[in-house]
Amino acid sequence: MTLQKLLSPNWRELWLSLGKRTVIGIPYLWMLLFFLVPFLIVFKISLAYTEIAIPPYSSLFEYADEALTIVLNLGNYLWLTDDPLYLSAYLGSVEIAFWGTLFCLAVGYPMAYAMARAPKRWQSALLVAVLLPSWTSFLIRIYAWMGILRNNGLLNNLLLWVGVIDHPLTILNTNVAVYIGIVYAYLPFMVLPIYSNLVKLDNSLLEAAQDLGARPLASFFKITLPLSKSGIIAGSMLVFIPAVGEVVIPQLLGGPETLMIGKILWQEFFNNRDWPVASALAIVMLLVLLVPIMFFNHARLKELEESA
Amino acid sequence: MSRKSFNFPNAMLALGLAFLYLPMFILVIYSFNASKLVTVWAGFSTKWYSELFRDSQLIDAVFTSLQIAVSASTAAVILGTMAAYVLNRFGRFRGRTLFSSMITAPLVMPDVIIGLSMLLMFVALSSNIGWPQDRGMLTIWMAHVTFCTAYTTVVISSRLREMDGSIEEAAMDLGASPLKTFFIITLPTIAPSLVSAWLLSFTLSLDDLVISSFVAGPGSTTLPMVVFSSVRLGVSPKVNALATLIILCVSLAAFIAWWLTRRADRNKRAAYQMMGRDQ
Repeated sequence: MTLQKLLSPNWRELWLSLGKRTVIGIPYLWMLLFFLVPFLIVFKISLAYTEIAIPPYSSLFEYADEALTIVLNLGNYLWLTDDPLYLSAYLGSVEIAFWGTLFCLAVGYPMAYAMARAPKRWQSALLVAVLLPSWTSFLIRIYAWMGILRNNGLLNNLLLWVGVIDHPLTILNTNVAVYIGIVYAYLPFMVLPIYSNLVKLDNSLLEAAQDLGARPLASFFKITLPLSKSGIIAGSMLVFIPAVGEVVIPQLLGGPETLMIGKILWQEFFNNRDWPVASALAIVMLLVLLVPIMFFNHARLKELEESA
Repeated sequence: MSRKSFNFPNAMLALGLAFLYLPMFILVIYSFNASKLVTVWAGFSTKWYSELFRDSQLIDAVFTSLQIAVSASTAAVILGTMAAYVLNRFGRFRGRTLFSSMITAPLVMPDVIIGLSMLLMFVALSSNIGWPQDRGMLTIWMAHVTFCTAYTTVVISSRLREMDGSIEEAAMDLGASPLKTFFIITLPTIAPSLVSAWLLSFTLSLDDLVISSFVAGPGSTTLPMVVFSSVRLGVSPKVNALATLIILCVSLAAFIAWWLTRRADRNKRAAYQMMGRDQ
């Protein structure tokens, strides 16, 4: 029996397992090569010396005279702790992203709530209305605020005309402008997960609470808010994580006082051509974001399990 | 009813939508301004549009961006379909956790990190094996395929999860090979999600500035890169004209998509009603 099986292998099964492996293998190899391996390379280069060469960094391994020498330069990381600029940039990024996320939540939650309560036939149109701006260009939406917030821009002209102020306010190139930009750009990412969470909410729970004498506000805090927790977490992470690494908003709307790590990394790479320091900055940024990213993945996986 | 519709959430929704749309509205109005000063209204004019179409650098960048966006989203939909199928239909296999986290991580990874790591890998590849020789459209394409695949996988995955698996099982029980079952049963069922995944990655690729800036070479400038370098120098009415055209295209596409899905829903509902009457 076994011999027979060995002599005439089950071609169909072999063929199937080969096919299955190909289907797994192609996306697997792609993501390994273009997503995971690059991180290892960033880590490797963060331990190299800066050199005036092409590419502008030293190699870690040297094989000469039958001896393999490995030179690891921890200087880039020490440099990050030496210069207070980097520490304040990390703290500045986290602070701006934190408050930006809170503002998004404060604006986005009521919007998502109203959308979920709206008549069913309006909901798809409202959803498109909230998402539509994010399908146009991110860059152009940030640019729109440059014209509005300038010293002689629309907002200042309006306020002067109304008579609220008698000389123009400086808003562009300050952190206020950065906050406006973050809320404007990331609001749809906050509204969408909260809305899709609230719309699934079982109305009979609220009716039961009402029947038992709970006031609307009490049933909101006791029922609706706790049940929309996973939507709030997903939305907050979708705003917070990219906001920490934001490059465009601090460069276009921020000023010299805006210290954000994405901007510093960009300058370190493109202006100073210091690839090893830029790599070390990226590695530390990744470590800062590791906890929120794992938090997000965990919430997503839990949601997937619930829906399955 | 009318009393109930005036409450805090509804007011916030109206204000929020105004906040989202007002800046774009202003952008569109000032694209027709005759004055170069963006804040002073000096009469209606379409001269910025004609100047836009005469800017050959910008037109070249539009074509580069469109080529990359079309080819990258097509590849991302193919890879995303495979990845979603693997994650939803193959059960457990060795390395599944690593695979699913590699697929979801780009969704929340900051662009600077993705861009820097991609560039360093391309540099390492070209100095070790001599390929890719220089950076350009090919490297931008590979970078875009990678991050778009994360989005397409999520979109297609959620459709595959909703789909009734028993039809696929029935086809296989009747002797269809897995490949045939996929093309005859699975693919037509998930086709709408492939379209929306393609459109999503098309807009993401067209819009990407940060990752492209890292992996681009001297000869390949995408549209966001051109816009960014001109916007950094200040406000320019030509960018307003470009923005208006982009907003117009996106709104039209969104309206058509919304209208088509609404019609499809209505037809479905009508079909269900007919079935109910027949019974």
